[in-house]
Amino acid sequence: MSEKKFSEKHEWVSLEGEVATVGITKHATELLGDIVFVEVPDTGKSVEKEGQAAVVESTKAASDVYSPISGEITEGNKAIVDDPSSVNNDPEGASWFFKLKFKDKSEFDSLMSKDEYDKFCKENPN
Amino acid sequence: METQKTALYQLHKNLGAKFVPFAGYEMPIQYKDGIVKEHISTRTHAGFFDVSHMGQLFLEGDETLTEALEKIIPSDLKTLKINHSKYSFLLNKDGGIIDDLIITKTKKGFSIILNAACKDNDVKQIIQFLEKNHKYLLTNDLSLIALQGPKAVQILERLLPGVSNLKFMTGNNFIYDSENLYITRSGYTGEDGFEISIPNKKVEKLVNFLISNDVKPVGLGARDTLRLEAGLCLYGHELNEKINPVEANLKWAIAKKRKEDGGFNGWSKIKNLLTKGSEKIRVGIKPEGKVIARENTKIFSSDDLEIGFVTSGTFGPSVNAPVAMGYLKSEFSKIGTSIKLEIRGKKYGGKVSELPFYKKSYVK
Repeated sequence: MSEKKFSEKHEWVSLEGEVATVGITKHATELLGDIVFVEVPDTGKSVEKEGQAAVVESTKAASDVYSPISGEITEGNKAIVDDPSSVNNDPEGASWFFKLKFKDKSEFDSLMSKDEYDKFCKENPN
Repeated sequence: METQKTALYQLHKNLGAKFVPFAGYEMPIQYKDGIVKEHISTRTHAGFFDVSHMGQLFLEGDETLTEALEKIIPSDLKTLKINHSKYSFLLNKDGGIIDDLIITKTKKGFSIILNAACKDNDVKQIIQFLEKNHKYLLTNDLSLIALQGPKAVQILERLLPGVSNLKFMTGNNFIYDSENLYITRSGYTGEDGFEISIPNKKVEKLVNFLISNDVKPVGLGARDTLRLEAGLCLYGHELNEKINPVEANLKWAIAKKRKEDGGFNGWSKIKNLLTKGSEKIRVGIKPEGKVIARENTKIFSSDDLEIGFVTSGTFGPSVNAPVAMGYLKSEFSKIGTSIKLEIRGKKYGGKVSELPFYKKSYVK
């Protein structure tokens, strides 16, 4: 898998061939608290860069998950739908949200690196 | 208005609290462990809650005070014994709920615990009925700590022998570190426990004792999931000035004698509803699957008629499923009725459920 890139809305993306995997960051799960509900997009759905793609709810509130890049959904992660709390345990590994066939690699390239994202989180703690 | 802080603010900070503004106060919504762990530790061991933002109102007077309060509170205050408490409300002229409260008979009169967001208005409403010889004080000198959970009694008994003799909804005075505490056996979680009224200067010491006995701090987040599982109302959500006790499914809290004799705000309307039933009524709701029906979710019948709305909804960690409360047209309120919940534009199934979702374990 390629390096991970990060969005300002606290999603991560990694690329493998033509497919991008998207999830939410550890920092996002810490802000959300205990995750109790997840909704992932259906296969075949088109998503736009920064368009709403999934839903995550904690005991506190519901939040939208945006796709950091455009493309067509190839798979939603059913395991996190069945066990939402697993997102708290491994948000940047097994608990990815969805995979998509991306359109434009430059959208990926323009996202933040790990170092840039960590700095962004420090400057925007909430 | 500047945000207020309770006497425990610094201690909350040291315990890793995340704060939110609530009713004009900076209050902990959760601590390091998070809402689910705080919830579970309250249900399995014990948790403490700083609820010092709530109003503690003390009233003094003779039997004319009792008569005055009965005009706005539909409890049988005349027969309420000293150190006994009742859940009740302040009612407006239409029978709408101005606030819900716990009232306790004291030697000199009554003490009332009020919701933080309502307390200033509550006092204004109450004093309209008071006479010159009645005294009242909404104190800022006392903190209020709720200690809740199955181990609450044995832990507090170690510090204050005798608390285990208190029955549910009764209270008494206890001496702690040369100061007087007033402790009632009550709470807002569905668990056994106590509410401890304590001078601000002693509250940190008491809480440190609790912490040293492995009692975890619990924030407003878990307070909400606990009370919702216990089927208890939260003012501003299930209750407001446009909702009356019959609609709120709280007619049990109006004394039998008062239902018959009246003499309180809104009685004629309430009397009528007690006979005929109300158009809408508060119910418990269990969404199917894992979807959470939050406040203001629209509720539809199985044939897609809009029949109500959700007032509170969350994931219930002890029920291990989503739970909600809301108002439904009364003809759809039978337990087990299939309903639909409209969430993010999609309709999900659900059922009208019995309350509480989680069985209580009060000591009677």
